[in-house]
Amino acid sequence: MKKTLFDKVWDSHVVKKVLNGPDVLFIDRHLVHEVTSPVAFLGLKNRNIKVLYPERTFATADHNTPTINQHLPVKDPLSANQLKALEQNAKEHQIPYWGLGHEKNGIVHVIGPENGITLPGATIVCGDSHTSTHGAFGAIAFGIGTSEVEMVLASQCIMQPKPKSMRITINGTLNSAVTPKDVALYIISKLSTSGATGYFVEYAGDVFRQMSMEGRMTVCNLSIEMGARGGMIAPDKKTFDYIKDREFTPKGLDWDKAMNYWNTLYTDDNSVFDHEVTFNGEDIEPMITYGTNPGMGIGISGGIPKSDAIKGGAATYKKSLQYMNFEEGDNMLGKEIDFVFLGSCTNGRIEDFRAFASLVKGRRKANNVTAWLVPGSHKVEDAIKKEGLLDILNEAGFELREPGCSACLAMNDDKIPAGKYAVSTSNRNFEGRQGPGARTLLASPLVAAAAAVTGRVTDPRELMIFETA
Amino acid sequence: MAYDKFKILSTTAVPLPIENVDTDQIIPARFLKATERKGFGDNLFRDWRYHPDNTPKEQFVLNNPIYKGKILVGGKNFGSGSSREHAAWAIYDYGFRCVVSSFFADIFRGNCMNIGVLPVQVSPEFLIKIFEAIEVDPNTEFEVNLPEQTFTIKSTGEKESFEINDYKKENLLNGFDDIDYLLNIKNEIESFAKGTPL
Repeated sequence: MKKTLFDKVWDSHVVKKVLNGPDVLFIDRHLVHEVTSPVAFLGLKNRNIKVLYPERTFATADHNTPTINQHLPVKDPLSANQLKALEQNAKEHQIPYWGLGHEKNGIVHVIGPENGITLPGATIVCGDSHTSTHGAFGAIAFGIGTSEVEMVLASQCIMQPKPKSMRITINGTLNSAVTPKDVALYIISKLSTSGATGYFVEYAGDVFRQMSMEGRMTVCNLSIEMGARGGMIAPDKKTFDYIKDREFTPKGLDWDKAMNYWNTLYTDDNSVFDHEVTFNGEDIEPMITYGTNPGMGIGISGGIPKSDAIKGGAATYKKSLQYMNFEEGDNMLGKEIDFVFLGSCTNGRIEDFRAFASLVKGRRKANNVTAWLVPGSHKVEDAIKKEGLLDILNEAGFELREPGCSACLAMNDDKIPAGKYAVSTSNRNFEGRQGPGARTLLASPLVAAAAAVTGRVTDPRELMIFETA
Repeated sequence: MAYDKFKILSTTAVPLPIENVDTDQIIPARFLKATERKGFGDNLFRDWRYHPDNTPKEQFVLNNPIYKGKILVGGKNFGSGSSREHAAWAIYDYGFRCVVSSFFADIFRGNCMNIGVLPVQVSPEFLIKIFEAIEVDPNTEFEVNLPEQTFTIKSTGEKESFEINDYKKENLLNGFDDIDYLLNIKNEIESFAKGTPL
């Protein structure tokens, strides 16, 4: 029988099928952080049970950690308490814990891949919706709730019905200054934030094959923003080259054995998906959002759509524009901004800092802009320094903060003030997401860099020098 | 965590006719710092419900005393965004036992069922009827009947059936959770794990 990549991985992890119910799905690797795990550990305590396979769970602190002065005690008592709870829970259950200051500390979806926890063909879950990131490696990875975190700790399984399958194919070549972030925002703008709800997505076609692993992670990361459970890309040489020799990847004979399995991880020809969508790479331009959900995105040179051209409720649409203080038909180019945020599990990897640095090189940060540049992990931070990017950034008037989720969800002090506009490379522009009353414009690191040096929404292509053929 | 059994719920409903209500609105991230499941209802819809100085926003539905009940009725694509189960906890802790919409985000729907809040998906047409019934009379009662899988507007008798798989239905009717089930099949899981290298 013809099988999709998703079928192959899902079916091989089903412990048991419940009649007229969900599948019991075995989870290979589980990531936990301080915010969604304490109540799960408390549940284990109340049931008087231990973590079944502690070696399959990895813990990091990222969501509410400060991004300056991490060597000092965490000031906010509630955050400090949550961090302490994770440390204690990890110790009690013998789970590897990479807390503040640890060389492997960073955002959970950045450190998974960079330490080789993320593997092709694996099932990976975490109490965080952007767990879909790990699908870039051909894993089935998705976010779960705290009750499910407790299930995984207790039994290494969760119970879920198998999602439907969708394939999104994009062929052709991307235009200059169009990054993986733009590809993802483009797809979401076409499908809406609920267009893939109930589905697990496979990304296929030239555009994804040519993408780096970092780019694939950005795309898979944003799968949840169109409602999909997760998204995945078949592993190839790039995938194997990326993971080889990382700390938690198989070595020696185990590697060879794993490669035999990984080489079978592709969608068989003539497999049938429940839904198929196709786009052309050439149609995509640098994107920016103008509203309060990630589906409200447009090509940067475009105007904000009129409410009568919008599918769905006009009242909800108008409420959204009112929050943003934008008018229908406004052009996005030229709008003044106040903050720039480079970072998050979406765009906090080395490639994102390379892109940002390439554009600000030789320029100066605009005086009206506050910029927060937050690496996804200490390893990313080290690479930024090693590659000389920090010097470029400093010369242009930018500083680097310490790793964490930071202003993406503003659980720590990195909050955008009410009414201010932030061009952010993160994943959500919901009302108040980056701080109460904050107004978020989601974009790529290049668009963020262009805004950072001009102080307004600017087409990065205006600032880039293109090599002529 | 144990929760109240769900069988038949007869109550008024609170209308929130907004689409794409995301979990950051249901419970903003800055209120996720607890290490216990307590008090989340106080911050349900925090920034829609209160001004920055913590005074209530009078126009918001939860601050309007004419709307009450154990059913929350939301617009399409309810619960999108973050996987935070805290959103479902806040809804439960506030006193809701059922959320009705024409479309739910996946993770939110699952989280609700795992903690004893019943997500009822109705057709877009029926959702409009529910909103209209509440607009005409905020004291309109609705019946959510889990054994029969029906949702009824009691004043008119109009009803629609809803989907739920047999396994989850049994869990909700009996107040069971998935961990009870999984712990019962631990032997099967352990033998499966032997064939699954790290």
